[in-house]
Amino acid sequence: MLIDFILIPLVKILIIVVLMLLTVSYSVYFERKISAWAQNRIGPNRVGPAGIFQPFADVFKLLFKEDIVPKVANKPLHTLAPILALFVAFTTYAVIPIGPPVEIFGKMINLAVVDVNSGVLLVLALTSLGVYAITFSGWSSGSKYSLLGGVRSSAQMISYEISMGFSVAGVLIFAESLRPSDIISSQSGWMWNAVLQPIGFLTFLTASFAETNRLPFDLPEAEPELVGGYHTEYSSMKFAGFFLAEYANMIIASAMIVMLYLGGWQVPYIETLGLSAGLQASLQIAAFFVKIGALLFFFIWVRWSIPRFRYDQLMDLGWKVMFPLSLLNLVWAAILAMIMN
Amino acid sequence: MIETYIPLFLVFGFAIIFAAGTVMSSGLFGPQRPNEEKLSTYESGMKPVGTAFERVSIKYYLVAMLFIIFDLEVIFVYPWAVQFISLYTDPAIGTHAFYSMLLFLVVFEIGFLYVYKKGGFKWD
Repeated sequence: MLIDFILIPLVKILIIVVLMLLTVSYSVYFERKISAWAQNRIGPNRVGPAGIFQPFADVFKLLFKEDIVPKVANKPLHTLAPILALFVAFTTYAVIPIGPPVEIFGKMINLAVVDVNSGVLLVLALTSLGVYAITFSGWSSGSKYSLLGGVRSSAQMISYEISMGFSVAGVLIFAESLRPSDIISSQSGWMWNAVLQPIGFLTFLTASFAETNRLPFDLPEAEPELVGGYHTEYSSMKFAGFFLAEYANMIIASAMIVMLYLGGWQVPYIETLGLSAGLQASLQIAAFFVKIGALLFFFIWVRWSIPRFRYDQLMDLGWKVMFPLSLLNLVWAAILAMIMN
Repeated sequence: MIETYIPLFLVFGFAIIFAAGTVMSSGLFGPQRPNEEKLSTYESGMKPVGTAFERVSIKYYLVAMLFIIFDLEVIFVYPWAVQFISLYTDPAIGTHAFYSMLLFLVVFEIGFLYVYKKGGFKWD
């Protein structure tokens, strides 16, 4: 009891949090390197060879900065907002399995911190909490730019959440369960949901860009009009909190896309190669991270290639295009499920 | 099995400690030299005019209300989606499982078109 429910999860939490922090810092580094590459610049190259210690330098710089809270700000909410943003970013990973169950010291260990039958609902519920972080920060700062950023962002995030929810319903038809490990095992071979329901994949992908406030949907922090958007009045580690949360959310969104649509940790037909159990499991875990890495690259690539939407275009896309498309996908998924059974 | 949720609460506790620790740490390490100018809100270098705590356009509330209505429908769809294949393969129900949800979605879509016609999705 104690080992199963406290000790093993604690070890898993520590491993995954360290992994998350490393991926977050290096996705910032890669964002800067890829943007430099896209704009024909050099990018960070001073801290360590090719600038690989730049993320640590950034964090230490922010750590020793003054924490300024504007006089008119609502102080409790102003402090709560970045805590909430980080809380959401560092809890959602809990249900995402990074590999198949493996046997270590004669014990079967599930490579997700929790494997519960409400996994997908949990992720959706937690990510919706992220809206509060941004709304609180926008409203409590007492600055007009922050307020506009916060209000815009809450409208944007809730608009895209609907199409996100309907796209996930299409996946659930094939998985017949809300448990992440069942969703992954329903996509064996090439039966990936991205192949079976491409429309749902596209709507979910687009909605995740909007939910993570990434370009082309980064209106909450559109620099030319809103300075910094909802985090204009944040400095020091509170700013770093939002920054960290944004990148962590990007990683979680990639992991969600991989889990729901790209077969999770599965490698098609790897069982037919007759590899040893350990090697097969490590290849599958590696495949999971390769898929996430490819999606992260895609996130960054899109950011530096596509211009930002206007606010009305963004809302039009969310309600008039994405929403009907995700409904259509649901009907398509049901019809396909009927044909296949 | 409620005990499978215990690790989840560990994650919650860990995340709260981590988040609060990160946010509070700047108060420990950073300097504290506030002055009047620093503590005023940002307004492109001007003296701030008015406050931000004012009324917000009604449009945003409309979006929030539409969200609540439409997002509730998503919750109705989930149990159906999870059960769909077993309902369909049950000879007593069969395609009825599909048509009943299709009817629900059509009614839902009519509601959506009504809001559209009434100009609920005009954002200028």
